[in-house]
Amino acid sequence: MLRFIVRRLLQLIPTLGGLSILLFVWLQRLPGGPEYALLPDDATAEQRAMLRRSLGLDEPVMVQYLAFLRRIVQGDLGTSLQTGRPVLDEFFLRFPATFELAVTAMLIAVTIGLPLGYLAARRRGTALDFAAVGGSLLGICTPVFFLAFILKVVFAERLGLFPSAFRLSPGISRTDITGFVVLDGMMTREWDVVWDAVAHLALPGLALASIPLAVITRMTRASVLEVMGEDYVRTANAKGLHRGTVRTRHVLRNALLPVVTAVGLLAGSLFAGAVLTESVFAFPGIGSFVYIATQERDYPVLTGFILLIATMYVLINLLVDISYSLLDPRVRAQ
Amino acid sequence: MFTKSSRKPLGLVAVAASLTLVATACAESDRDSADGDQPFVFGSAGDITSLDPFLTNDGETFRYSRQVFETLLDHESGGSEIVGGLAETWEQSEDGTVWTFDLREGVTFHDGDELDAEAVCANFDRWYNMTGAYQSSNLSYYWQSIFGGFAEPDEDFSTGESRFVSCDAEDELTAVIEISEYSSIFPGGFSLAAFGIMSPTTLEAISDEEVTGEEGNLTLPEYAQVAGSLAGTGPFTAEEWNQDQAEVTLRRNDDYWGDPAGFETMILRAIPDETARRQALEAGDIHGYDLVAPADVAPLEDAGFQVPTRDVFNVLYLAYQQESHEALGEMEVREALSHAVNRQRIVDTILPEGGEVATQFHPNTLDGWSSDVRTFDYDPELAREMLADAGYEDGFDVEFCYPTEVTRPYMPAPKDIFDVITEDLQEVGVTVEATPYEWSVYSGQVDSGNCPMYLLGWTGDYNDAYNFIGTWFSTHNDAWGLDDDELFDRMNEVSTNPDEEERVAGYEELNELVMDALPGLPISSSPPSIAFAPDVEPPNVSPLTQEMFSEASWK
Repeated sequence: MLRFIVRRLLQLIPTLGGLSILLFVWLQRLPGGPEYALLPDDATAEQRAMLRRSLGLDEPVMVQYLAFLRRIVQGDLGTSLQTGRPVLDEFFLRFPATFELAVTAMLIAVTIGLPLGYLAARRRGTALDFAAVGGSLLGICTPVFFLAFILKVVFAERLGLFPSAFRLSPGISRTDITGFVVLDGMMTREWDVVWDAVAHLALPGLALASIPLAVITRMTRASVLEVMGEDYVRTANAKGLHRGTVRTRHVLRNALLPVVTAVGLLAGSLFAGAVLTESVFAFPGIGSFVYIATQERDYPVLTGFILLIATMYVLINLLVDISYSLLDPRVRAQ
Repeated sequence: MFTKSSRKPLGLVAVAASLTLVATACAESDRDSADGDQPFVFGSAGDITSLDPFLTNDGETFRYSRQVFETLLDHESGGSEIVGGLAETWEQSEDGTVWTFDLREGVTFHDGDELDAEAVCANFDRWYNMTGAYQSSNLSYYWQSIFGGFAEPDEDFSTGESRFVSCDAEDELTAVIEISEYSSIFPGGFSLAAFGIMSPTTLEAISDEEVTGEEGNLTLPEYAQVAGSLAGTGPFTAEEWNQDQAEVTLRRNDDYWGDPAGFETMILRAIPDETARRQALEAGDIHGYDLVAPADVAPLEDAGFQVPTRDVFNVLYLAYQQESHEALGEMEVREALSHAVNRQRIVDTILPEGGEVATQFHPNTLDGWSSDVRTFDYDPELAREMLADAGYEDGFDVEFCYPTEVTRPYMPAPKDIFDVITEDLQEVGVTVEATPYEWSVYSGQVDSGNCPMYLLGWTGDYNDAYNFIGTWFSTHNDAWGLDDDELFDRMNEVSTNPDEEERVAGYEELNELVMDALPGLPISSSPPSIAFAPDVEPPNVSPLTQEMFSEASWK
């Protein structure tokens, strides 16, 4: 297992190396530049040229790339052109917000999607099944930003049940320990902070959960249906095993394997989905910062954040692979 | 009948619903507890970039810094006239190179220091003597634009010679600033938010702090990122900059020399998305926001929100880049196109109420506006005739650029404006090739002369015609492709004339010259709106978008 983990971690090096080259090519191909985003409209051509020079952007691409690699090796992802703060600091400043949002979305997706998919399979052809299949199709088809907009209009503006924006109510005081608002609130027993954070997570969490929820529901349903038709399930039923035992040990356990893979992939994609959701809800996480960085041509933030998100994506999938061994003894044996 | 297993999901739903209700109740209880001391929350379009306004050129940062730091001169509340700020009165020498400022008595900084001439000069000396990466145009943009360069220019950064010569404390409350040559950017330049005055104790404390890192990788000094280290004289103090929430908290300065602020606490919170700002106001999460879309004004007012409109201080124009398109190089064609565009329709259907057709390249609120410029009434028939006379009876093809994903105070809906103009041009036989560019790309394309026709504009920084027409027509540049040495020479002559009366007359003449040359068609000046909750007494709204929130209070 240890060798497996080390091998997977080593695979990160060529993955990130290739990605960094792609990113550099992409950024070079992007029209415009930070000298237009950072200086006012009336800046002269000389001022823009001077800024470009001082940012090192007039160097050949190869020189820029090698300088970038040299810094990466030293653990330096550069400095944000917008804020003048190190990219790594910016990332970890915003990571807790996005992580909390992603966890909320995944909790909503798993706690609703798994039982719903399972029940839909068990009651195939019933109204519940049609509702689950139809609802999940709608969930996949509905653009996240549109759903987010509708949720805000209904639950924040019309009903006033939830806040429409931000991560915490303005001016609320809290003790910052880890940067994770909910966790810190629980550690310090600041329950008003915890509930305030949960209320702010509800709508963006629900919006971000829509696609994972739909995918998990459909995959669970399909997977359970497939496993229920397997010979070993029929055998287990025939030999008189308790129905509950058949369902949990034979059906669910085997049906969950592909679902776990999907959860891993979806968890990684949540960070990408957060770009739109966070922008709509003014949620100060990685996504909204990347959105602004794209508009401002903040190259160091774009490269740094995308490399860090890619690293997390790989690590999450490594965890998924490890979890296989817990669910499937055959994988453990290999 | 429910089986045991079918009750489980219902149980889950019940738990989720309970959690939701509890969370909801908490969210509600927070809002219900609002009272007169509740913070005033303003939704800005972006987070601030630095606590030291000198190190930025960003409008959202200036919105914060104007509440905390004051400048020698200011603009009248709700207007664009230059008035005293920290200097009660001021005068200039005959040649416009020596400026004497009589400071207000009894003004104290947030840290208890007294305002005097030494303190003012310490600020100017600090800026003038900045070295190294502080000289990057990104970090000292306005100093370089107004005062040129630095005492010891760093060849890696500095772009010009310094116009600043010295600042001397003639007596305790008289500061004398000498510049090398007069320019009409004065006295307006002394009112820019970038030149907010800090206390001597602050300057001493931050004197050793440097911008760190190598070129292209510069990190701002700590004092510019951690609130509490900078003391100004403004009606608010900067209490906290919470970067992970993109939130700046300001606290009322009870020792302020003027009227105390109406709010004890003011919070600026970044909501980059325009629709999200409106929704946050409607949901009660914020109490005001800027850059209201014209289409949102009426619905907000109908819902009981206050949407005061600022006086116009901007201009939108349609540029004809004469060097990139043969037809546009001909005066008769430019005149024909100017007659083809129905500007009144743009004002009536797209711009907010109060918008007006522009006849020249700056708003009529500025001295130097001329009533004798050439005007171009909407007359498509005449336009067709003029095109035919110019040899374009079958029209011609032209690339027309417009920006996407952006709202500017002078250009609230670029695509809609583009559509109206395109329709008008096609009416007279001109075929438009639509070329949209994302905003961050747009300026580059325009500046490089890649757009034969394009939409752009400007909101003034200070009250002088040069801030508009001088920016565009003082030298040849690729954005306009205008080559008119007579105009350029006259522009530079007028803008360096220290006699105000002669200068204003000169600007009137220049406006006429510009419209004779017709480098583009001024489209409109439009009043940008700002929105407030019903229970807020709004501040006087400023045509320069420089509201002082100390004037606002709860009703």
